[in-house]
Amino acid sequence: MTELAAADTVPFETAPGTAGPDIRGQRLAAADYARNFSDMHPPLGRHEALVESDRCYFCYDAPCQTACPTGIDIPLFIRKIGTGNVDGAASTIFEANILGGMCARVCPTETLCEDACVRHTAEDRPVRIGLLQRYATDHFMQGHTSFGTRKAPTGKRVAVVGAGPAGLSCAHALASEGHDVTIFDARGKPGGLNEHGIAAYKAVGDFAQEEVDFILGIGGITLEGGKALGRDLAIETLTAEFDAVFLGVGLQGVNALGLSGEAAAGVVDAVAWIEAMRQAEDKGNVPVGRRVVVIGGGMTAVDAAVQARKLGAEEVTMVYRRGEAAMNASAFEREVARNAGVVIRTFARPAELHVAAGAVTGISFEKTVTDAEGRLTGTGERFTLAADQVMKAIGQSFEPGPLGTIGLEDGRIAVDAAFRTTNAKVWAGGDCVPAGEDLTVVAVEHGKRAARSINAALKA
Amino acid sequence: MADLSTNFLGIRSPNPFWLASAPPTDKQYNVERAFRAGWGGVVWKTLGEDGPPVVNVNGPRYGAIHGADRRLLGLNNIELITDRPLEVNLREIAEVKKNWPDRAMIVSIMVPCEEQAWKAILPLVEATGADGIELNFGCPHGMSERGMGSAVGQVPEYIEMVARWCKQTTRMPVIVKLTPNITDIRYPARAAKKGGADAVSLINTISSIISVDLDSFSPTPSIDGRGSHGGYCGPAVKPIALNMVAEIARDAETRGLPISGIGGITTWRDAAEYIALGCGTVQVCTAAMTYGFKIVQEMIDGLSAYMDEKGFRTIEDFRGRAVPNVTDWQYLNLNYIAKARIDQDACIKCGRCHIACEDTSHQAITSMVDGKRHFEVIDAECVGCNLCVSVCPVENCITMEEMVAGTDPRTGRPVSPDYANWTTHPNNPMARVAAE
Ligand SMILES: Cc1cc2nc3c(=O)[nH]c(=O)nc-3n(C[C@H](O)[C@H](O)[C@H](O)COP(=O)(O)OP(=O)(O)OC[C@H]3O[C@@H](n4cnc5c(N)ncnc54)[C@H](O)[C@@H]3O)c2cc1C
Ligand SMILES: Cc1cc2nc3c(=O)[nH]c(=O)nc-3n(C[C@H](O)[C@H](O)[C@H](O)COP(=O)(O)O)c2cc1C
Ligand code: SF4
Ligand code: SF4
Ligand code: SF4
Repeated sequence: MTELAAADTVPFETAPGTAGPDIRGQRLAAADYARNFSDMHPPLGRHEALVESDRCYFCYDAPCQTACPTGIDIPLFIRKIGTGNVDGAASTIFEANILGGMCARVCPTETLCEDACVRHTAEDRPVRIGLLQRYATDHFMQGHTSFGTRKAPTGKRVAVVGAGPAGLSCAHALASEGHDVTIFDARGKPGGLNEHGIAAYKAVGDFAQEEVDFILGIGGITLEGGKALGRDLAIETLTAEFDAVFLGVGLQGVNALGLSGEAAAGVVDAVAWIEAMRQAEDKGNVPVGRRVVVIGGGMTAVDAAVQARKLGAEEVTMVYRRGEAAMNASAFEREVARNAGVVIRTFARPAELHVAAGAVTGISFEKTVTDAEGRLTGTGERFTLAADQVMKAIGQSFEPGPLGTIGLEDGRIAVDAAFRTTNAKVWAGGDCVPAGEDLTVVAVEHGKRAARSINAALKA
Repeated sequence: MADLSTNFLGIRSPNPFWLASAPPTDKQYNVERAFRAGWGGVVWKTLGEDGPPVVNVNGPRYGAIHGADRRLLGLNNIELITDRPLEVNLREIAEVKKNWPDRAMIVSIMVPCEEQAWKAILPLVEATGADGIELNFGCPHGMSERGMGSAVGQVPEYIEMVARWCKQTTRMPVIVKLTPNITDIRYPARAAKKGGADAVSLINTISSIISVDLDSFSPTPSIDGRGSHGGYCGPAVKPIALNMVAEIARDAETRGLPISGIGGITTWRDAAEYIALGCGTVQVCTAAMTYGFKIVQEMIDGLSAYMDEKGFRTIEDFRGRAVPNVTDWQYLNLNYIAKARIDQDACIKCGRCHIACEDTSHQAITSMVDGKRHFEVIDAECVGCNLCVSVCPVENCITMEEMVAGTDPRTGRPVSPDYANWTTHPNNPMARVAAE
């Protein structure tokens, strides 16, 4: 492409007339921020929910339910919405997935339940299960401060490390069995990536915290923020003080590009950037580059790119080293990105960061091809994108530091089918174990299954 | 182009679609709008005797049951006959007939069961130029408590008597409208014929309580906390009405008696089914009350296209064609064997056929084959009951296929090409007695 070849010859280090990289907030009017960060899928009204619930066929051995990692009885809850028993519908959801409210907002339903829906097969228009789930759970949470009741106290105490989806799900299930649970989290604010990672327009308002309160509302769960395993806590003391331990610590490391200049100003880790943005009181104050390049092809890359655009970045390009089909971001998410004005480029890998006066000014990519076995090789052909900000979203990794002697598998915590680690008193689940996709709903299921196993062990 | 025009008892109309006696035909304004939309005729909203008119409730009169997407399937009403003064109705009837001479104008009447009452009103109606009268012996609420409507329609002797009075008093053709709130519809139909009625029309509404309000514990529609039974109509009543029409059409005593079919007619198909069972015209109320008068345009066009496709030039070409095929259960061919067949390309794998058959019938549909979700009929178990066809959400995905030869894997018996029914079946005690 001539355009790219031309770009390569441009001395972008100091574009004429610009003084250094352009990274700042207040690119937009206040109203634009409000609009850009409003609900991506506005909730269904009562009429819409009834019309949509009518579309469900109440399938036998429903494919949607099989496709749901938490196995929510979808036909049953939808039928309950249709008959006006909306709280009953929510109960069906919460029994299988206590974070049903968040999952209704963030699940990639297009690759899970809605992909499996028979009406998707029949007419390319699945029942909108996610929105119906949100309708039911919102309704319930407006009228109730918690879900479920606790069985008689067992006197057993369980430590849960990590207040993300895995830890919260595990804690709720254990509390309802009558055990006392203490959740420790390194951060001050609970919720894990629900609070710090999920795109702002998926869980608007303070939903993550409302949901945490709702979950803790069952009682018997104590939350201790600012307590990190490896810093303030050790596995040995936890296993000594508690009857069982659950680890739901997620992924803390981020993969590096391995290029020189990675420490330059303007080169940021997408997860950290999103976290800062999520915590910003006023989105207008979040600095964002005028031209942003996001490297990666997953959900994090899409979220970073889309939110950069929503903050007013003029040009946002997402660059992925393979083709679109290989991206972790679903077709739907790619469409969300394109609709937000993000340019997606594929088959190119980062080759060189351009830095001037300690700040990034651009990044060069090498074009790639895959061979018959799917192996990636560079073609040697390069192009360069000018950038005020480069966001790295090429994957997170598990940091095994504080684990002691607990065994690993594929760089994460090894667990058996019941989510027990190699230490008989320790269970683990969520992103920090190698099972399943790194999704909120998968973490919830892990926590739930681990709780079942812990409960059985404590009662044995 | 098919000719849809009808001649029913000498009353001509450009098509068989009449509006039934009900709110859509209560006044000139509505009826002229209906004629403009294309309706072939109307049965004017039932007139009562001269004097202060009846009064209706001033609260809700209707209740409904809905299918998916709030599609109205059944309507219930507690409305009475016209609540407008007799002379206003008569004046408007005359006016409309003058303005629309090619449309059928039937006037529905309900007066007390006394000869004088009928003799008084008939000349007034005749003077309007109306084409015929319909005797409302059907209304199941309000009027029946005053000894009219279905209170008369439930006593065949009264029907016969009133029909006779009317035939003696007027030149106009007399249609008797029958109530379905009776055990055997053939008795009132026979009585109408005996009394000299020219035709019957059916059905009127079915006595019903449409629902109970679970907060106030009042039946609905609720008038100040209390409810009363009403009359049920709309798509849900069509099967009941079709059976009653067929009973009259094939009864030895009433065979050939002209019938105007009513009950749940919503599309041209519904109308065609009534005609196939012998009806010379059809009447519509709920469908018009649900969608407005324009629906007749679909009915006209659909019926016309169907007739063209089948090569029927006039309504008479297919009227009554289904009547000879209505028979008693005991004459059905027990040697006819059918098995369900699932079109795997059309199947969306919802599993409803499986669970219906598995839980409630004959365990004849798989859910898993070689570890894969797969729905297939097991011929050795399938009794051919048609339940799966009824519950499958995809039209024509499951069909019933006749076994024409071979052995039925369920019974192990060869398929017989002969006709054999219950009357001669070895398990029939009566047949055994006859054989002995
Ligand atoms: C940017 C981004 C967007 C995403 N979007 C989606 C989405 O739209 N839909 C979806 O389904 N999934 C999404 N995911 C993935 C999803 O967020 C995770 O799969 C999920 O949160 C995993 O839950 P978890 O409980 O295992 O871990 P986390 O949510 O990461 O929670 C781990 C918790 O443990 C705490 N912790 C960590 N280390 C320690 C320690 N040493 N001591 C004490 N506490 C510790 C952390 O502070 C945190 O609170 C996204 C992820 C990212 C990064
Ligand atoms: C609100 C309402 C009022 C009716 N009033 C009369 C009436 O006055 N006289 C009558 O003969 N039938 C009356 N009917 C019965 C209809 O004429 C018709 O027989 C019945 O509704 C069945 O037809 P459908 O299913 O098309 O509605 C009434 C029906 C309704 C819904
Ligand atoms: S697959 Fe679709 S239609 Fe079937 S139960 Fe699930 S949501 Fe309903
Ligand atoms: S249909 Fe018309 S008259 Fe009847 S309640 Fe509604 S607005 Fe009132
Ligand atoms: S009911 Fe119909 S669509 Fe559903 S599985 Fe059976 S054959 Fe397939």
